[in-house]
Amino acid sequence: MAEQDNQNPTGQDAEETDGVTAEIIRGNIVAPSPHLSDTSVTTRGMMRDVIIGLVPVLLASLLVFGWYTVIQVGLCVMTALVAESLFTRMRGQPNPIADLSAVVTGVILGLSIPWSAPWYIPVIGSMIAIGLGKSVFGGLGNNIFNPAMVGRAFVMLSFARELGAGAYVQAGAAVQAVSQATPLTAAKEAAGELTQLPALWPLFVGSHNGSLGETSALACLVGGLYLCWRRSASWEIPASVVGSVIVFSGLANLIGLTELTVLHHLFTGALLFGAFFIATDPVSSPLSPKGKIWFGIGISFFVVLIRVFSGYPEGVMFAVLLMNASVPLINQWTIPRPVGGPVPEKA
Amino acid sequence: MSTATEGKATFARGVHPPEEKQLAEAMPIEVFPTPAEVLIPLLQHLGSPCEPVVENKQEVKLGDRIGEATGFISSPVHASIDGKVAKEKKATLPNGRHVRVIPIKAAAEQSLEGRALYDDIFGGEWPTGDLERFAPEEISKAALEAGIVGLGGAAFPSHVKLQRNEETPIEYLLINGCECEPYLTADYRIMLEAPGAIVTGALLARHATGAREVIIGIEDNKPQAVAALEAAAEGTGIQVRTLKTKYPQGAERQLSTALVGREVPTLGLPLHVGVVVHNVGTIAAVARAVLRGSPLTHRVVTVTGAGIREPKNLLVPIGTSYGELIEYCGGMTDDAARVVAGGPMMGFTAGSLEAPITKGTSGVTVLTRDDVRRAAETTCVRCGRCVDACPLHLVPTKIALAARAGNEEVARRYHLQACVECGCCAYVCPASIPLVQLIRVGKIMLSKS
Repeated sequence: MAEQDNQNPTGQDAEETDGVTAEIIRGNIVAPSPHLSDTSVTTRGMMRDVIIGLVPVLLASLLVFGWYTVIQVGLCVMTALVAESLFTRMRGQPNPIADLSAVVTGVILGLSIPWSAPWYIPVIGSMIAIGLGKSVFGGLGNNIFNPAMVGRAFVMLSFARELGAGAYVQAGAAVQAVSQATPLTAAKEAAGELTQLPALWPLFVGSHNGSLGETSALACLVGGLYLCWRRSASWEIPASVVGSVIVFSGLANLIGLTELTVLHHLFTGALLFGAFFIATDPVSSPLSPKGKIWFGIGISFFVVLIRVFSGYPEGVMFAVLLMNASVPLINQWTIPRPVGGPVPEKA
Repeated sequence: MSTATEGKATFARGVHPPEEKQLAEAMPIEVFPTPAEVLIPLLQHLGSPCEPVVENKQEVKLGDRIGEATGFISSPVHASIDGKVAKEKKATLPNGRHVRVIPIKAAAEQSLEGRALYDDIFGGEWPTGDLERFAPEEISKAALEAGIVGLGGAAFPSHVKLQRNEETPIEYLLINGCECEPYLTADYRIMLEAPGAIVTGALLARHATGAREVIIGIEDNKPQAVAALEAAAEGTGIQVRTLKTKYPQGAERQLSTALVGREVPTLGLPLHVGVVVHNVGTIAAVARAVLRGSPLTHRVVTVTGAGIREPKNLLVPIGTSYGELIEYCGGMTDDAARVVAGGPMMGFTAGSLEAPITKGTSGVTVLTRDDVRRAAETTCVRCGRCVDACPLHLVPTKIALAARAGNEEVARRYHLQACVECGCCAYVCPASIPLVQLIRVGKIMLSKS
């Protein structure tokens, strides 16, 4: 029997077997199935998609708040990267910042704070977000809570004045939008005596006051729908958040608990930003489609509850954190039924 | 005769790996020249191994029985060439099993080779009438005597599935022409070149099982095969149904759902819902066994992949070595990296090219370094893509990671044992986690407790 072509460009061993020469590629000869993989999807690619989806939001923010956006988001991202490098070094783990998840956390945190927050807010917020929101659980994939929201909750409660409603307003500021209160704050303060509902168009395009990322509903929708189309975010979550907010706020409006209409609730505050970018964090949301829908319903419920009944004008952050805590339970309650039924008892 | 079936011609979830059929689909079945030696494994089917009935130095002819079936779930083996038996030895098959094999050294003159062999297996008349003259027991016995097992890959003894069932009568006989694994084209060529044999076999099987309806399911990436089978089945009452091309449409659970809307119970058989599934190649072999009395000694093997220089569909004697097939097809390319027995989604790697082809070997897929390249494993971020891909609606990340952590309770709660290891989850995982391999380990863990 003829000998096979003995070319060996990789310099690997060639072995004679029964007159037929086979190239044995070191380390690759035996492996379990499947032998193919869809290389178009990587975790890093998904994070990159999230960043791309955030670009419309960043642009809208730049248009309204100008230089402030750059500073806040920039500080958050840089601190997040430094913090993750530092904490993983302390734990003896390889530096994971190339997976871009810290960048995503930084951008989301940066977009959820007011323009006027002093430098220590983004810095402390990011360090806590990465440190207590992620590293302490073991890094990416192991955290229970959305890291950006952990950071934001921490600074919100620790620096109430810098993050309170007053921090958003600066009369006579160069940036036009910040001379007035945020729509939700105005509505809360004027509760019961609201003479005029906020105009919807500015809410939709974002030419009003608010935290850096929440102002433009349009930008959130564009970026968010891109993410769903790319399958880097599960569509069930924004769909159920939006759908449930319509139901809950519609009910609240009908029975007079709130004067703002459904559309107002949809377009104000961080609702759309939260629905598409915060709630969809895969690590802290449920695994099954049914679970994701319940997750979205729960978030909407708490958002409307907090907006209507509590002293806070805005509730997305707390709603997400509360639902993050219930994800393990939701997962357990929504284990999908296998095709063909559960495994029989005696197996 | 009912023409409407309850299936929706597809199933939920699954994945779309690149089909890569173009490498070999246009290659007509070529008869592989008789090798100098074959190794006939005594276990090449699901069930108990055969006992040899020949001795060292005994002369055998093509088709002589050399291994006897033992037990109900078993199947005899036959000589695939004329020659002389050599001393029994052992060989390691790609599935890792170390089995007894009977070597046969080829005689100088072979009674049946080349075109004559092809015609004996696929050519000639394949009648569609007067097949009821064979009693159902005769049909099943002929399949048993001929050593016919599932040629789609599972190698389950076919005679068991060619009988009537008293407890759960068989309503639907499904003939699997999907060949959903990428690269493989053996079943496709059989459908094009011998559709008559498939139809005859299906009619015999319908009579043997008492099935009410027979449906041949073919993926829509094989329109010529659909046309060939529709023409051959004209007037017989056999339906040909086109299914959406998706992996793993050819798996019996997904086939049953897509064609007749019946869900096969977890850990159960299609029989439990009145369904029986046979591969097109198997059913053609049944026709040959019943009408011509010929045992299963050869099978069509697709030698394909970007790592093989000349892909072909070969009619090969059972027991030929992988190495010889690869050499006949021009040898491996320089960037060949892995030889897979079967298709790339569920096939086993062939660790040794001396291993013999068995009845269940549908293909030899030679993959290149680029094909098999995987990124390093990273953490699961619970993105849910595996959940979206699993055709059995399991949660692969949960069961795989529970297996890794040795957590039996979570593994059971998430139905780990229902997994059929199709590979959809690992295929899509962005973190390159070896989900299927972890689940395999998990099955062992659960079976020990």
